[in-house]
Amino acid sequence: MAENNNLLVKLDNCGVYKSSKWIVRGISLEIHKGEIVTLIGPNGSGKTTSAKMILKILKSDEGQIKNFASKMAYVPQKINIDWTMPLRVVDFMKLTSHINNLEIVDALKLTGVDNLLYNDIHNLSGGEFQRVLIARAIAKKPDLLVLDEPVQGVDFNGEIALYNLIKKICSTLNCGILLISHDLHFVMSATDHVICLNGHICCSGTPRSIVKNSAYIELFGEHNATTLSLYQHNHDHSHETDGRVTNNV
Amino acid sequence: MKQMGELQIMFDDFFTRALIAGIGIAIIAGPLGCLVIWRRLSYFGDTLSHSALLGVTLAYSFSFNITFSVFIISAVVALLLINLQKRTKLAGDSLLGLLAHSTLAIGLVLIGFLTSIRFDLMGLLFGDILAVDVEDITIVYLGGAAILLILYFIWKSLFSATVNYDLSAAEGMRPEVSNFIFTLLLAGVIALSIKMIGALLITGLLLIPAAIARNISSSPRQMVIIATLAGVISVIAGLFVSLEINTSSGPSIIVVALLLFIISLIPLEIKGQLQK
Repeated sequence: MAENNNLLVKLDNCGVYKSSKWIVRGISLEIHKGEIVTLIGPNGSGKTTSAKMILKILKSDEGQIKNFASKMAYVPQKINIDWTMPLRVVDFMKLTSHINNLEIVDALKLTGVDNLLYNDIHNLSGGEFQRVLIARAIAKKPDLLVLDEPVQGVDFNGEIALYNLIKKICSTLNCGILLISHDLHFVMSATDHVICLNGHICCSGTPRSIVKNSAYIELFGEHNATTLSLYQHNHDHSHETDGRVTNNV
Repeated sequence: MKQMGELQIMFDDFFTRALIAGIGIAIIAGPLGCLVIWRRLSYFGDTLSHSALLGVTLAYSFSFNITFSVFIISAVVALLLINLQKRTKLAGDSLLGLLAHSTLAIGLVLIGFLTSIRFDLMGLLFGDILAVDVEDITIVYLGGAAILLILYFIWKSLFSATVNYDLSAAEGMRPEVSNFIFTLLLAGVIALSIKMIGALLITGLLLIPAAIARNISSSPRQMVIIATLAGVISVIAGLFVSLEINTSSGPSIIVVALLLFIISLIPLEIKGQLQK
């Protein structure tokens, strides 16, 4: 029973049918507390659609969804905020929750953008906005966190730092994390379970087993599959999001 | 008793009644107008107010309460629109036009049948704020209080859905519920103000103060406050102007709002120059 208590969401053979075709079908997965599940797949493979089923934004047209999460937080792939809406970072952080400025600053510090608290959201760079999005979701202290391509537009070193942060958040909040990515390159070290999508689940397993899976190699090509293995090495130091070297790896 | 007497005298003056009613409308229009601008719903507002004409005609035909009848018709049109959007592939603006003009036309056709009643079409299109009585004022303030109270309770959900619907839905804000209620509130503000501002100018009183506020505010809360103030100032100044130079009151209010809008562009202009 102990394992069941940790279950946050369970999809059993779910799918979404839209404009007379199945966007995704036959999706079965489980996310537990303290676990990072990564969805990978090419464009249009239904990663975001699957995430939206889990988040209860879309209804599943078949199968069964059980959602035990009491608080979910979402980092969408794309947000366009109209100019007509005057919005500062601090307003955006409070969008769906009542949190005080101290908690907001703490969350922004984690992603290295606490200096932007009173900035106009329309003047942020793509990478800065992405960091604010992640900080907003973390500040909610969710038990299920869904991140859709969370590091797009973030520079190379920042990407690694943010993935390390996501991993850290997973253990400190003991929350379940669903991560969507179109490449496994950086996600590797931070994920417990990989699900490879292409309209259906192609294959799934631990990151190491996935890169050797023939279905995965067929989907992403030999070249990408081998680049992945190159990343399996360790640094003796790491960087803060602003580039400072730290040693607490 | 003396105070009651003074209050009585105050309400006896048609101009004071107009001021009180107008200020009430402006206060309701402030926050709703901001949402209309943020959600790009100005044509939606237009459609609702055009259909309000049908509501008024029906009210006269069946000797119904005008405010109530307009509210019902606006709400029905709003729900019809949402339903049509799901069924056809026509773009939103085409559907809005279709509903706006067909309800307007039905309203005008029905007016033709109402030969027994002298019908003030101009009054309907442009409103007559100087003709409001104490009952109208009571309806505006009671209805307005209800609208603002409901808005206060659904604000967080509505606002988050305005920024991003998926995010709001995923994080348990129930945006589908607040969106539906918001549509009814919009129908409500139109019903409350049709007698005073008229079917053609209501959207102006919703939009222009919010547009003024956008030019000079940096947070949503600030924008709502400034929009409300700008609306109140427009009503007061517009009414005094209309009294002074004998112009029709509704249009005068909108013209004053437009002047305020032009003035509100100046800080933007200066900021732009400084940044160069």
